[in-house]
Amino acid sequence: MPKIEIEAEYCKSCLYCVEACPKKVIGTTSAVNSKGYQYAVAINPDACVGCAICATVCPDAAIEVYK
Amino acid sequence: MEKVFMKGNEAIAEAAIRAGCRFFAGYPITPQNEIPEYMSRRMPQPDVRGVYLQGESETASAAMLYGAGATGIRAMTSSSSCGIALMSEAIAWMAGACLPVVICNMVRGGPGIGSIQPAQQDYFMATKASGNGGFRMLVFAPSTIQEAVDMMYRAFDLAQKYMNPVYILSDGFTGAMMEPVVLPEMRSDEFLAAERKKNEAWAATGRKGAARSHQIGAGQRPGFPRAPLEQKNKADWEMYESWKVNEVEYENYKTEDAELIITSYGVSARIARSAVDMLRKEGYKVGMIRPIKVHPFPEIAYEQLDYNKLRGILSVEMSIPPLFYYDVEAVVRKRTPIATCLRSGGEIIERSAIIEAAKKLYGDK
Amino acid sequence: MEKIYSRPIGLKKNINGYCPGCLHSAAGKLIMSVLEEFDLLERCTQVDGVGCSANNHTSMDVDSIGSPHGRPCAVASAVKRISPETIVYTYQGDGDLASIGLAETMMAANRGDNITVFFINNANYGMTGGQMAPTTLMDMKTSTTPYGRHAQEHGYPMHMCEVLNALTAPSYIARVTCIDAANMRKARAAVKEAFQHQLDGKGFSFVEFVSNCPTNWGLSPIESLKFIKEKMLPEYPLGEFRNR
Repeated sequence: MPKIEIEAEYCKSCLYCVEACPKKVIGTTSAVNSKGYQYAVAINPDACVGCAICATVCPDAAIEVYK
Repeated sequence: MEKVFMKGNEAIAEAAIRAGCRFFAGYPITPQNEIPEYMSRRMPQPDVRGVYLQGESETASAAMLYGAGATGIRAMTSSSSCGIALMSEAIAWMAGACLPVVICNMVRGGPGIGSIQPAQQDYFMATKASGNGGFRMLVFAPSTIQEAVDMMYRAFDLAQKYMNPVYILSDGFTGAMMEPVVLPEMRSDEFLAAERKKNEAWAATGRKGAARSHQIGAGQRPGFPRAPLEQKNKADWEMYESWKVNEVEYENYKTEDAELIITSYGVSARIARSAVDMLRKEGYKVGMIRPIKVHPFPEIAYEQLDYNKLRGILSVEMSIPPLFYYDVEAVVRKRTPIATCLRSGGEIIERSAIIEAAKKLYGDK
Repeated sequence: MEKIYSRPIGLKKNINGYCPGCLHSAAGKLIMSVLEEFDLLERCTQVDGVGCSANNHTSMDVDSIGSPHGRPCAVASAVKRISPETIVYTYQGDGDLASIGLAETMMAANRGDNITVFFINNANYGMTGGQMAPTTLMDMKTSTTPYGRHAQEHGYPMHMCEVLNALTAPSYIARVTCIDAANMRKARAAVKEAFQHQLDGKGFSFVEFVSNCPTNWGLSPIESLKFIKEKMLPEYPLGEFRNR
């Protein structure tokens, strides 16, 4: 099953991945990283198809994709 | 060693090549054009195989030198006065980044575009503030072509030793005249390759498996991790202070029994020297103190004088207002009268004027 | 399971110095990714400008030279000529490349120096607080055009790809953007092509990134992407201007 891994420490909460994901896999929670950003998390991981659009648009290279 | 008859600018360029200079960037400006012209001929030749690059401005040429310095190659630029002023940006960066480069200023009249004739009006710019941030450099002041050649040869070694730019403060007179000169030996390719190899410990030419990537930047010592800027400023200051012990160079000429001291540097000192000889023939007890490096300033030369027997000091330079004079005044501290003999704006100082001023200060024999 | 998208190994394992959503990060990511693919991380030197572009060295784990403002192209030309085996590229913002360093940019391009230039155009001076740049759009408010950029007073936005395309020597000129996945792929292809030109010794290669500055534009990251699409791209059309 495809999956994404988000490195919370690199995330600055720009939400580009949230906006870009065609399957609405990604969202944010109330949790924050050490810089205070509400980092992105896979809130709906089962829907992931491994298209890597989220990782492609992530400017901070915080997302890695497995398929 | 064989003597050759050469123009100052070309002899300086050849000396740099023989010292191992393998990169030159510059921009045309009188009175130093023969340096870039000579470099453009010489660099591609088979015994040199260096890089000559004509910048789009002095600003760019000095930036090119900064880039060259960052590769660990022996590199220099030359310019004159207002051109050097344009270079002050990258000169400060090179001092900030601790790069071993050589800068040659063939001084002309100023301020601004001034005149294209020789002058010594950049003394403060060379010794005190060649850019922002309060850095200093070793500043050589040749008074003959031979001396310019020898200094140029040593400049590259000293730049490497201290990891700091070295400055040659010459003038349009020394650059334009011709005289016999002995050129130093050509540094071997093996020597230069070994020097370059040493610099690979910090040069930014691709990481090549190094444990850490190399970063060159103002405020950072090559090969060391970035430290707080104040810490680097302090280390630089310590180095400048060490020069006062290790790098002071000056000449005492007939000063032993002198009752009057003429003090001067560079081309003015060359003229003053013959004034001393003529005054001596007339029975005046006159000598000369000549800083060979004008930074660090040779305070010791003036401290060693016996002020009880001194009638005065005559400070001679081709700058109005005087500049070198203030360094002399600061060390003499009113222990004897100081007079000046000055020309400026491209006018060459006359020996007769020096003799006349010296006699006036000397008083009755 | 196979990893199909990785963080480029050329990026340090830290959070970089850029604001949330800033596409400087995206450009840096692409450059590192291509250098990794070409196996050039160990033999490249990055020449940084001054401004936000200088933030780059906080995240790029390659040899780098921090340059005086506007001078990266001059610095890079020297490094490349001395060390032709090194892949040399500059990374510059619009103030650096198109204003204070315009002469250095144009002349390195005109000499055809075999370097690659990455130009981040975000229509303002980001680091210093969003002042007007040569690339600021018409009527755009910045901290030094509080009433907007007006032609009579400030002239018009400067189009660097088009300007460079008037020269004979450059071998590759392209304008890209990183606003979505499709454009990211195109941008990566352009970065790759630019480095290929340098590897082939073809001379000056240039890639302009139409970028954003959410902080100084006063927009959220998502809104800033919309602004690029609606306002920046009509002024700065994407595409390959030259490839030979």
